Amino acid sequence: MEFQDGSSPVTDSGDDILVPMDDVREHLVVVGNGMAGCRAVEELLARDAGRYRVTIFGAEPHVNYNRIMLSPVLAGEKTFDDIIINDRAWYDDNGITLITSDPVSAIDRTHKSVTSQSGRTIGYDKLLIATGSDPFIIPVPGKDLPGVISFRDMKDVDVMLAAAEAGKAVGGGEAVVIGGGLLGLEAAHGLSLRGMKVTVLHIMPTLMERQLDEAAAWLLKSALEGRGQTILTGADTAEIYGDGKVEGVRLKDGTQIPASLVVMAVGIRPSVALAREAGLDVGRGIKVDDHMVTSDADILAVGECVEHDGNVYGLVAPLWDMCRSLADGLTDRHTGYKGSVTSTKLKVAGLDVFSAGDFSGGEGCEDIVLRDASRGVYKRVVVKDDKVVGAVLYGDTADGGWYFDLLKRGENVADIRDLLIFGQAFASGGGAMDPKAAVAALSDDAEICGCNGVSKGQVVACIEKGACSLDAVRAGCKASASCGSCTGLVENILALTLGEDVQSGPKTMCKCTSFGHDDVRREIVAQDMRSIPEVMQKLHWSTPDGCSSCRPALNYYLLCALPGVYVDDQQSRFVNERMHANIQKDGTYSVVPRMWGGLTNPRELRAIADVVEKYDAPMVKVTGGQRLDIFGIKKEDLPAVWADLNAAGMVSGHAYGKSLRTVKTCVGSEWCRFGTQDSTGLGVKTERMTWGSWMPHKFKIAVSGCPRNCAEATIKDFGVVCVDSGYELHVGGNGGIHVRVTDLLCKVATEQEALDYCAAFTQLYREEARYLERTAPWIERVGVDYVKQRIVEDDAGREALRARFLFSQQFMQDDPWAERAAGANSDLHQHLDPISIAAE
Amino acid sequence: MTDWIDIGTLADIPQRGARTVQIGGEKEIAVFRTGDDQIFALVNECPHKKGPLSQGIVHGHSVACPLHNWNIALKSGEAQGEDKGCTPTIAVKQEDGRILIARPELAKVAA
Ligand code: SRM
Ligand SMILES: Cc1cc2nc3c(=O)[nH]c(=O)nc-3n(C[C@H](O)[C@H](O)[C@H](O)COP(=O)(O)OP(=O)(O)OC[C@H]3O[C@@H](n4cnc5c(N)ncnc54)[C@H](O)[C@@H]3O)c2cc1C
Ligand code: SF4
Ligand code: FES
Repeated sequence: MEFQDGSSPVTDSGDDILVPMDDVREHLVVVGNGMAGCRAVEELLARDAGRYRVTIFGAEPHVNYNRIMLSPVLAGEKTFDDIIINDRAWYDDNGITLITSDPVSAIDRTHKSVTSQSGRTIGYDKLLIATGSDPFIIPVPGKDLPGVISFRDMKDVDVMLAAAEAGKAVGGGEAVVIGGGLLGLEAAHGLSLRGMKVTVLHIMPTLMERQLDEAAAWLLKSALEGRGQTILTGADTAEIYGDGKVEGVRLKDGTQIPASLVVMAVGIRPSVALAREAGLDVGRGIKVDDHMVTSDADILAVGECVEHDGNVYGLVAPLWDMCRSLADGLTDRHTGYKGSVTSTKLKVAGLDVFSAGDFSGGEGCEDIVLRDASRGVYKRVVVKDDKVVGAVLYGDTADGGWYFDLLKRGENVADIRDLLIFGQAFASGGGAMDPKAAVAALSDDAEICGCNGVSKGQVVACIEKGACSLDAVRAGCKASASCGSCTGLVENILALTLGEDVQSGPKTMCKCTSFGHDDVRREIVAQDMRSIPEVMQKLHWSTPDGCSSCRPALNYYLLCALPGVYVDDQQSRFVNERMHANIQKDGTYSVVPRMWGGLTNPRELRAIADVVEKYDAPMVKVTGGQRLDIFGIKKEDLPAVWADLNAAGMVSGHAYGKSLRTVKTCVGSEWCRFGTQDSTGLGVKTERMTWGSWMPHKFKIAVSGCPRNCAEATIKDFGVVCVDSGYELHVGGNGGIHVRVTDLLCKVATEQEALDYCAAFTQLYREEARYLERTAPWIERVGVDYVKQRIVEDDAGREALRARFLFSQQFMQDDPWAERAAGANSDLHQHLDPISIAAE
Repeated sequence: MTDWIDIGTLADIPQRGARTVQIGGEKEIAVFRTGDDQIFALVNECPHKKGPLSQGIVHGHSVACPLHNWNIALKSGEAQGEDKGCTPTIAVKQEDGRILIARPELAKVAA
């Protein structure tokens, strides 16, 4: 096979690599399309974009993706598309030739060329080896059986997902993970979220022994066991058995664990075979100098495959430092890599863990330990000669960055020693454990994002340049863009720098779970969950039956996802929704019957008057929602009151619900001299269509007959302002605590369209807002353009939303009062038999 | 004189819910049934502003008051977390599917 010297202006022999005849630039060939290889190219482009012609060989079939994020992909929190770092367009825009699914199999140093598995031979001027690591496979019988995999790339994740899918047919399926380090625990967490029964085998007596001390490891183990995983420590694998495919694992002590999938995550070895065969100097990794140059001056190496100054690394932060020095070297700026001190700040299976430096103890080391069992927090700082030399944090890792900073700078901590363990806010004299104050106290060069080496000063600069959301900061300076464990810090810097205007990321739903609202909703649908206990079980709730925050939210999410199927859980509703009336400060209730569009008649008024007299209601009042409110009704009397109101044709006004409240109207064209359309009639139709619907929060509608807007439609969740030529539709208004004027959604010509858009908008809000998020904050979060795109621009999508809304309304429009009046749930209204305490 | 008064069966109380018993015409006792079918009895008044605890959301062995969401431990009647205050509790026991409540303690809270 012929080769070409990359610098000579000829066409390359590889069929899909066309080199312009006049491209005389030096040719940089990169072996390995992974995290370090591509980052090195990015750094190079940032310094001198046109200098080299670049060709990248990748063994995997993909563009460059974020390997760290394979865990969230496995856990179902992200898709592959979400974790792509550089898409095809990036390669194209930068004139980079990418060859995928074709590993380089040999390097010819004499002729300066590489040859790939498929037979391509390409010349180079500079060669960069970034082959990463190979997972270590323990040499036990059965290691080659189908169903035994490692956890390194997307292909492995696909196998795991397929196993979990196949497991569904048999109630989940069983998996064994060999290795209780970070990777193994991440794999186990993902697989158990996917419904598999997982056993983790770890040969050492404690989990993650390289990052955690015994106490923290124990906390981690019990937390994972609490989520349903089986964890066997001191477990030595003898054999993987199975006939043609994996059937289980046998331990040396004879224990047998059945499994259809075995994930080996026992460690990694730098991938050096290619370099060794080429005769480069190789120790544990490919040996490089401070500019990442190997023993051949034209061959560089970077990433997990290298050994620098006797060290090999397995986390991304040091690799980024290497990439910077490498790019400097290639563009004649000789800064040089000096090695990295690493800290590990991780979310292991959603649990916060941090470690840095040396925590093995030893001569002259003192331990300072804080345990808070009820919060599940453990902190240990190791001090030697008045300097921090190591730290282990579990459960609360907020101060990890600070300890790491003290450690790296070798600062003398004698003065703050007593307060050290309570964290920065305390030790710096602040007293208040306010995370914002802690972040404010950090120096500008303090490292915020360990993965990408971004300092606080750089984050602030990025925000000042206009990045005012987490995503914008991630895009702008890469802080929090890799593993995400510094997200909280970045959010605090955002809050400090911007004051009120931060758009913060999703929080967990409540203390019972590590999932956010959006995650839970997505999983309910994806895993077709059908009851609150099922959700709590499958998503590993940390409390037996939730709390008063998550139970109502879950009840709503299930109700919304499964109209007509889900059976409402009364005990998961707030008192008002359970009692279908508003509780008052004295424990009595108020009753608000619906008055469609604010209209009423003598029969209704008479019935209300009768109820007020018959039940001795102390007050009756016209509400701000254009109807009447009867106060002071006892819970025992509610069913009878409702029966009387029902008899006059009235139904519940849902004044108590996270649901449609009122549709306010004005008199409109029927009477008013300015009215342009029949706003009262449209209001009544809208209320007839939407009443009874449960929502993330309360929902109010109004229809005004002209722009004078007497029904206050522009501070309602959905408002209609009639004009001569049709109907202006407004959304996202709020008249409560923070007044927000609506955004104009669009204008439509007919009443039917106004109704259709209203149904579609309501359903979009029902499906996508978080529980207790009114339309105003929801729209501020997702942006009105998004809502327009879904409701106005996408005709088919709007129609589908409308249809889903009307479908679910079939099950919602039974008057709850009528059911109760007929005797349903009577125990909610009646006392048990009274007793007298006098002796019998 | 019996020391335990029969107030009904487990099935009379909804799981993760409560029923009320009136004593001496005035005071109300809330009788709770938790998710794991344990029974607790407390005066039906939140230590905060006398909210009717029987109407709250029962979770674990606590109830969230319906008025301002204080969390009250069913066993001790103590407010949880930052909030301070305590609601009197009354001993109850289950025997052969019946719920029995302690008369002397009732007398004390009714007084
Ligand atoms: C009865 C009424 C006051 C009145 O006498 O006029 C009322 C009474 C209560 N409002 Fe209201 N609001 C009433 C109209 C309003 C309005 C005016 C309107 O709808 O045009 C607003 C401002 C408009 C808006 O919502 O955007 C209003 C904004 C609030 C808020 C703040 C909501 C917000 O998003 O900021 C709350 C608190 C909450 O919901 O968390 C609230 C909460 C309450 C509660 C439910 C407080 C509570 O939790 O107990 C009160 C219940 C009393 C009861 O037992 O009926 N009420 N409340 C009105 C009933 C309307 C109806 O017929 O259903
Ligand atoms: C599931 C998982 C979670 C992780 N979590 C974290 C974390 O939270 N924090 C952290 O800091 N680190 C984490 N890591 C480690 C981190 O991903 C690695 O340190 C990083 O990816 C190493 O980069 P690299 O470029 O050296 O190797 P890689 O990213 O593996 O890239 C090497 C690439 O070279 C390709 N290749 C190999 N040989 C050839 C050849 N001959 N020809 C062509 N291509 C070849 C490989 O297919 C691969 O695509 C995690 C790793 C995994 C697998
Ligand atoms: S404004 Fe609303 S919530 Fe406040 S006291 Fe009046 S009715 Fe109650
Ligand atoms: S009365 Fe119970 S919390 Fe206020």
